Amino acid sequence: MERSFVAKNPSVLVFLTILSLFALGVTVLSEGFGIGVISTSFVKTLGKTLCLCLIAVAMDLVWGFTGILSLGHFAFFGLGGYMIGMWLMYERTRLIVVESLSQADIPPTPAEVVDAIGTQIFGVVGSSEFPLIWAFSHSLTLQLILVVVVPGLLALIFGWLAFRSRVTGVYLSILTQAMTLALALYLFQNDSGLRGNNGLSGLQNLPGVTVSQDVVSLWFLWASALALGLGYMLAAWIVSGKFGSVLRGIRDNEARVRFLGYSVEAYKLAVFTLTACIAAIAGALYYPQAGIINPEEMAPIASIYLAVWVAIGGRGRLYGAVIGAAFVSLLSTWFTGGQAPDIPLGFYTIKWVDWWQVLLGVSFVLVTLFAPQGIGGLFDLYTNQRHPDRHGANLGPDEGALREKEASL
Amino acid sequence: MSTLLEVSGVSVTFDGFRAINNLSFQIGEAELRSVIGPNGAGKTTFMDIITGKTRPDEGRVIWGEKSVSLLDMTEAKIAQAGIGRKFQKPTVFEDQSVRDNLLMALKKNRGWVGVLLYRPSTSDLQKVEDLATEIGLYQELSRKSGELSHGQKQWLEIGMLLAQDPRLLLVDEPAAGMTPQEREHTTDLLVQAAKTRAVVVVEHDMEFVRRLNCKVTVLHEGSVLAEGSLDHVTSNQDVIDVYLGR
Repeated sequence: MERSFVAKNPSVLVFLTILSLFALGVTVLSEGFGIGVISTSFVKTLGKTLCLCLIAVAMDLVWGFTGILSLGHFAFFGLGGYMIGMWLMYERTRLIVVESLSQADIPPTPAEVVDAIGTQIFGVVGSSEFPLIWAFSHSLTLQLILVVVVPGLLALIFGWLAFRSRVTGVYLSILTQAMTLALALYLFQNDSGLRGNNGLSGLQNLPGVTVSQDVVSLWFLWASALALGLGYMLAAWIVSGKFGSVLRGIRDNEARVRFLGYSVEAYKLAVFTLTACIAAIAGALYYPQAGIINPEEMAPIASIYLAVWVAIGGRGRLYGAVIGAAFVSLLSTWFTGGQAPDIPLGFYTIKWVDWWQVLLGVSFVLVTLFAPQGIGGLFDLYTNQRHPDRHGANLGPDEGALREKEASL
Repeated sequence: MSTLLEVSGVSVTFDGFRAINNLSFQIGEAELRSVIGPNGAGKTTFMDIITGKTRPDEGRVIWGEKSVSLLDMTEAKIAQAGIGRKFQKPTVFEDQSVRDNLLMALKKNRGWVGVLLYRPSTSDLQKVEDLATEIGLYQELSRKSGELSHGQKQWLEIGMLLAQDPRLLLVDEPAAGMTPQEREHTTDLLVQAAKTRAVVVVEHDMEFVRRLNCKVTVLHEGSVLAEGSLDHVTSNQDVIDVYLGR
């Protein structure tokens, strides 16, 4: 009766196989270890894309499965990036400072070293003092813990306040937007302690590592692939059992779940916080590959893009989220990178750099209207999955409930 | 017979409209009771109050041997204490199989950590199969419940309530939209359930109430108008005036 986890979820095995083959393929084709067909900057793009796929998995858990349309998960992604960025910047600056001070006649005192680091890092915002939030930045271990703890705690407090007041639907979405906007605006200030709109930079240089970026980029690609694989397995395991049943129940009909004796608020809070932690880990892997992080990354639009990826990929199925994030973000790179050929119409030339967002917006509308299952729905065509005929009725009364066309039998 | 639930002097007002007016109601263990009344008599609000969805302005709702007040408890806590509720419209989780629906309802630890680590044991699956047999859905266990017919969904919801193993079952118009055969099956299920627990059935259909053959409470304008056997209340002049006479 009870079959193993993999047997019940064949998509996990397929996914992990494809992911491993992808990482292996990129390695073979890379400049660092392979034949040099793929440039290092493109390896970084691919690695970053894997991180975006990971946060899309988190978004699918919270939106596709639980029905909470969070438009703030990039706040957690960004915070994770800031946490790892603080150590990267501190440690690298320290090495440079120690190197330059060692030329002096008198060896510097530890206090002098710290002062010099502070001047280096915060000179750009007219300060040289270390703010309190940098207290642990000297320790990689502590900052790695903070990668999960800081966004997790923010999600826990925010979620507790929002869910216990039974804020749902569109109001919750607005609230999450307000949260990420408030955080971004706060970090834009120079005295927020994180270098204002300059953000943290030079994150691609790992302190104490002398090998070239050709190799480092592959390390991060592997780490991102590993994180995505583990995150995917965790998410698949969570939604496969009774916990997943409860989440889907909350999405479609929250009141009914409550009358079954489940504390809906506790479940929502657990999922919201867990997905915030996954998003933060994705961010901590993303920004060392991007090299720079600034508050602009937490602007509400980023989190809206996230919802668009999951919608285009097909919500409520984990591989859909991954496909949507990979497809749309790579396509976006292609269009905005100026590689897409312009289309001359005679009277006007369509430049994709300008028109890509319009194209994305239109396809988002078209997908939600005509193919609500998204790209993931193509797999149903292949496996001949049928869809319920409910005469247009949703699968539950709640706003997040699955629509008729999104569901499969 | 000891009292399982005691509602006394409860009133609730929505925007100046008094939906429930000084309502008192008692039910013992293993008792079957019908609640009837015209539209707007407060039947659904009455259930909302017991299950914690609506907070009354005044009055008391006392539960069980320990006489705990239900008024300070959340819906989930009240459900855990042993009150199950069936809605008027069949509300099952349509995106999930009949088996998953029943497993979710099965009386088990409701905490999220426990649920996360939970994997159904052989005896749990056996219980689910027995329940499915009882409600006539054994053949449909692996089907998505959204595919079921209206009557089957009603039974699945009753099955989910039985899986919860509540001490008090509140059932809102269970026979609505059912064929005569389906009604008969539903009557059997409810009468059977009432042998081991208290069951309150809110119903419009007199024929259905007659078949349940139990004590009847008539609600009107938010309070109890009459109480007794069906023959007793249907011969009551007040009841005839406000309800049957129309």
